[in-house]
Amino acid sequence: MNMTAQDDGYTTADGRKIGPVMMEMKNITLRFGGVKAITDISFDIREGEIRAIIGPNGAGKSSMLNVISGFYIPQEGEVWYKGARRPQMRPFEVARQGIARTFQNIALFEGMSVLDNVMTGRLNHMSTNLLQQGMWYGKAQKEEIANRETVERVIDFLEIQSIRKTPVSRLPYGLKKRVELARALAAEPTLLLLDEPMAGMNVEEKEDMSRFILDVNDEFGTTIALIEHDMGVVMDLSDRVVVMDYGKKIGDGTPDEVRSNQDVIDAYLGVAHD
Amino acid sequence: MPEQFYWALEAAFNGLMTGVLYALVALGFVLIYKASGIFNYAQGVMALFAAMTLVGIMEGQVPFSHLINAALGTDVHHFGWHLPAVVGILLTVGVMILFAWVVQKVIFKHLIGQEPIILFMATIGLAYFMEGFGDLMWGSDIKTLDLPLPRGTNMWLDEATFNLFGYGFFINNLDMVATVIAIVLVAALVLFSQYTKQGRAMRAVADDHQAALSVGINLNFIWVLVWSLAGFVALVAGVMWGANSGVQFSLSLIALKALPVLMLGGFTSIPGAIVGGLIIGVGEKLFEFFIGPMVGGATENWFAYVLALLFLVFRPQGLFGDKIIERV
Repeated sequence: MNMTAQDDGYTTADGRKIGPVMMEMKNITLRFGGVKAITDISFDIREGEIRAIIGPNGAGKSSMLNVISGFYIPQEGEVWYKGARRPQMRPFEVARQGIARTFQNIALFEGMSVLDNVMTGRLNHMSTNLLQQGMWYGKAQKEEIANRETVERVIDFLEIQSIRKTPVSRLPYGLKKRVELARALAAEPTLLLLDEPMAGMNVEEKEDMSRFILDVNDEFGTTIALIEHDMGVVMDLSDRVVVMDYGKKIGDGTPDEVRSNQDVIDAYLGVAHD
Repeated sequence: MPEQFYWALEAAFNGLMTGVLYALVALGFVLIYKASGIFNYAQGVMALFAAMTLVGIMEGQVPFSHLINAALGTDVHHFGWHLPAVVGILLTVGVMILFAWVVQKVIFKHLIGQEPIILFMATIGLAYFMEGFGDLMWGSDIKTLDLPLPRGTNMWLDEATFNLFGYGFFINNLDMVATVIAIVLVAALVLFSQYTKQGRAMRAVADDHQAALSVGINLNFIWVLVWSLAGFVALVAGVMWGANSGVQFSLSLIALKALPVLMLGGFTSIPGAIVGGLIIGVGEKLFEFFIGPMVGGATENWFAYVLALLFLVFRPQGLFGDKIIERV
């Protein structure tokens, strides 16, 4: 599989058509004071792709996701999105560009119901202003109903109908993860970022989550970039994998390519440095 | 005995209405505290400033007239108009929104992520600045707020209760109006936060900043919105209080009465602010009625604080506040 930034994509082994480059990270370097979290990393994400970033703990995966979603601003490098260089943006502006995300340590609105949480995902699709909303009449009401329909579809899709009215704080961990995914999906994102979607889950929950991720990609054509340190799950899910270690990129390619990469094997199994 | 009972009931009624005002002031605190973790010491001064602005606008006072006259040697004091209350209130709301925007832009935007104590100190500075600024803008003399509100004792209620129970209840008209307005305001706020897009975003920000950012909520906008709402609540509280006892510096001290209300109701709960306000309002009147004569009166000055102290010892999170969980 030979790719350049200019081509129109490729076809996966299971026959899915992958489009041109949607997001490109160019020579990203991120420092916290004297500590380099990411060193000169470049990679791209293509339309319709499931792209994974893997690596041992502390490799800088989450930092990379935070760069993409605007939570961290890299000292060097460029972020290109949909063919244009992205100026420095705050996280809410990135979200408004159609990039939704979940968090490793789940960031839900604990005091709100599942339905309300998922509805917040629709905020960017509501255009009525404060005055119209305050009157709660006509356009505002129509808008709420339309958005509510989208939300109900997402809730059905992720099979969380039975907990719609439950306050999130009462849900078990696995379900919280699913609600967080629902909130991100409700935004109908063009790019969905998942930060360790399977962390802390049991085998059954992991299988459910894998199925949802594949279904989302398949049904809505959503481009997905996910982080995971459990190698087994990722290899089955993703089309292409970036491998990071100590803030550097040590591998990039299909799961098979990455699996046979000597640097990657060393990073995961450990190798004696003398 | 029934006489005693009616007096107590009357005291409780009056307390209920004072309590509504305490609740309003406390509500201003809760709104800002929930959304940004800022304990806004300036809430009382905001009420004073809002009331002063309303009087100034309605009376057609020239803002900063002393300053202008001193600098330019002119002698202007009034524009020479008298505006109706509705126009005055709308313009004052505009001023409070502008105030919210400036506060966010100039102060709190630069303090994001700071310790709560630093945010608190900033609001103390803001309070004293506003106090001086208000005086400079509108003058420091005591003003009367002349709104077309009914005043005096409600004669109808007095007569009706006298015919019914043989004892006429003295209830102030203004107190009743204040109560109705406060109830409408609170109901509107609750509906707004539950059912509108901005209300949902407000609740989201109150719950988790990071998650709010990730769904595309502009925190700065929400904070300006929350400060504007707090400013509006302060205006209503300031008007009610000012209509009763004039617009003067002591008005800003109602914020101090809101503190025990917050201890009781919890800093993060809107229903808590309301229930807490009512408990303190009724409690201090009844306490004064029953216990006051035994200890020489003037219990209203300290009852609320002692009650708050008891709550701090036995239930520090208040009646409705978030439970304080400490990981060990």
